[in-house]
Amino acid sequence: MKFSFTAEQQEFRDNLRRFLAERAPTKEVRRLMETEAGWEREGWQRMNAELGLTAVRIPEEYGGHGFGFGEHAIVLEEMGRALLCAPYFATTVLAAGAILHAGTEAEKQALLPGIASGETVATLAAAEDAGSWDAAATTLRATRAGAGWVLNGHKSFVLDGHTADLIVVLARAPFTAGEAGLSYFTVPGDAPGLTRTALPVMDPTRKLARLAFADVPATPLGASGAAAGPHARVMIEAAVCLANEMVGGAERLREDALAYAMMRMQFGRPIASFQSMKHKQADMLVDVELAKAAAYYAAAALDEGDDDIAATASLAKACAAEAYLQTAIHAVQVHGGIGFTWDNDTHLWFKRAKSSEVLFGDATLHRERMMRHMTDAA
Amino acid sequence: MSEHTEAAVRAEVRAWLEANWNTEYGLVEWRTKLIESGWGVPHWPKQWYGRDLPVGLVPVVDEEFARIGAVGVAKAGIRTLAAATILAHGTDLQKEKYLRRILTGEDTWCQLFSEPGSGSDVAGAVTRAEFRGNQWIVNGQKVWTTSAHKAHWGLLLARTDWDKPKHKGLSYFIIDMKQPGVTVQPLRQMNGHASFNQVFLTDAVVPPEMIVSEVGDGWAVTTTTLMHERRGADSLRSWARGSDKPGRIYDEERAEIATVMEPYKWYPQRAGRVDLIMPRARATGAIHDPVVRQEIAKVLIMSKAAEWLARRARAAQEQGRPQGPEGSLGKLISSHVARAAARVHTQMSGADALLTGPDSPEGGIIAEILVSVPATSIAGGTDEIQRNIIAERVLKMPREASVDTAKPFRDVPRNTVS
Repeated sequence: MKFSFTAEQQEFRDNLRRFLAERAPTKEVRRLMETEAGWEREGWQRMNAELGLTAVRIPEEYGGHGFGFGEHAIVLEEMGRALLCAPYFATTVLAAGAILHAGTEAEKQALLPGIASGETVATLAAAEDAGSWDAAATTLRATRAGAGWVLNGHKSFVLDGHTADLIVVLARAPFTAGEAGLSYFTVPGDAPGLTRTALPVMDPTRKLARLAFADVPATPLGASGAAAGPHARVMIEAAVCLANEMVGGAERLREDALAYAMMRMQFGRPIASFQSMKHKQADMLVDVELAKAAAYYAAAALDEGDDDIAATASLAKACAAEAYLQTAIHAVQVHGGIGFTWDNDTHLWFKRAKSSEVLFGDATLHRERMMRHMTDAA
Repeated sequence: MSEHTEAAVRAEVRAWLEANWNTEYGLVEWRTKLIESGWGVPHWPKQWYGRDLPVGLVPVVDEEFARIGAVGVAKAGIRTLAAATILAHGTDLQKEKYLRRILTGEDTWCQLFSEPGSGSDVAGAVTRAEFRGNQWIVNGQKVWTTSAHKAHWGLLLARTDWDKPKHKGLSYFIIDMKQPGVTVQPLRQMNGHASFNQVFLTDAVVPPEMIVSEVGDGWAVTTTTLMHERRGADSLRSWARGSDKPGRIYDEERAEIATVMEPYKWYPQRAGRVDLIMPRARATGAIHDPVVRQEIAKVLIMSKAAEWLARRARAAQEQGRPQGPEGSLGKLISSHVARAAARVHTQMSGADALLTGPDSPEGGIIAEILVSVPATSIAGGTDEIQRNIIAERVLKMPREASVDTAKPFRDVPRNTVS
């Protein structure tokens, strides 16, 4: 297993960090989070034209760069650090993941180049009102209509679902239950019969939508009735990718809280000189570094095809979720009163910590999942 | 230097080992031969049993020893710290007198730093050494001294000047432990073991040539010893395994290891025995309890992440890159892991956690975990000191204002226990 980044990866990270600091400063985050869409196509396309970020993990034969999760995780960590407002996770982790794992060769040829170039913004609609990302919980129905298919039902908590050009939908055949009878379909964002509503989200930097389907014509993606396996795989990758995004945000919060403590004077001295502050900062460093170690390990394990990846992914997600939220709580505390104001930036990351904690299942769920994988394997 | 290429070193040490290694040597006999060859401590100076080999090539030599199964110089316990300290600060006379017998394992050493009145604050030592007639007379009490009852020599930190500030009034000595002025008493711990000793020094005598470095330079020398102690923590673990092969020299080495490791036999328990968690979960049926499963997962997550963090630190070190913060966190994290593991072991054991001794769970191991874990967050630097170190050295936060370093030590408030 790889336990360090190569010089090239480090350089990639450094360049990316500079780019994001310049193009996506907090001012820009605040501007975009106030919009309903949450992102803008012009900035998105410029970013992809200049750095090719949407292409990172897409294989070369589909117009991508063919890198692994090691590089993809670096992008996500830096975006989490900058709190970039863009449909990157939905497009490259969820939609591209579903297409890569479930799609036929022809479907990959048709769908992935658009994603790699940044032209197509895509997402995956799996969870419903019940809020589970497990395939088995799916109720949205896919039925035959003449030569094609139509979808009926609803999806919810869909990342960038109200703005995506292309939506991969997890649907169920009539009279099936559990993991049987599940298929992926694609529908364009402006499909007839599709009603998309932006949800009022607590974390305004990550937009979610509810999608209502009324006889929406849909195109099958991959083998009919066989989506449960690929979907489970996509959710494993999503957990690892989100963990890496989270540790980027957690580290940023930690650093900002430290900088503030060094600068803030009370009782005639910087508050960083008080032992209570020093011990809190040491604890924050421990939390963040442990979560980073787990997130990096999980990304490397995905690249190396590790057998324990399901358990490792849940481990990394649970670890990052606890670390990010705890760091956010400490960061508000270190800032004191100003930390609870809207004008101070801490709450932006606090809310991302909160939303990431819950997205794809919280730490409790992932701990249980990890235990199940460990005990099943033994 | 061409003579120091990896291939050349490997070929040379391999040839020497093939010509000289024999399992029927006695331990001291073999080590004497080894020391004369320079392969026992190849990174040491040529003048003192070494070959001036760059430290980076020592693993090559170690690999060749492992390949043929050859026994190395004595490395266990405080003697390695003594050797490093004497090599760095000692006189030629001291090197002549002590280094050889350290390497052969004939002499055992102990470290006389901590006192009842100064634990985290080692530089606050009040054991006094006074120059009377033509020798140093030492009075005071030391504590947490491993193997003091077996040691021939001690590394002693004592105060020689009370009018100088704290760190300037200390001196560092080598003291003969087998003299009437030295009394050793075992110190019983809350887990029932007595792995350490208290050492009472009553008019103990140190000849003038046994001071290490100058009078008043004791803190600098102590820092050297402590630095090597921190560095050595890892290698002790791998060394302590020994060989399972037959042969006279292996028998003698196994006996040596058994003696040295005896005080440490409960150390796995103080770390929380994470390895026992899943077997115990299955044996007790706790594996089916969703509440316990959550707690188990928390420990395993922390322990796994800690392992990966350590691997990252090691990878950085091996590549010669500066270690990130990951290198300074292990000690503090190990306390968290140990405490969480002890909690889970209690949860899983139920009422059986009330019991101790051979009939209690896992032959008493669980009970021993529960009463040994508190040592982890104290020994080798308390969690609080570790947090200060992380905050001040890694995060560069302002140092604690000190109230005791600028004035004469005799004016510094201190514990009444001496």
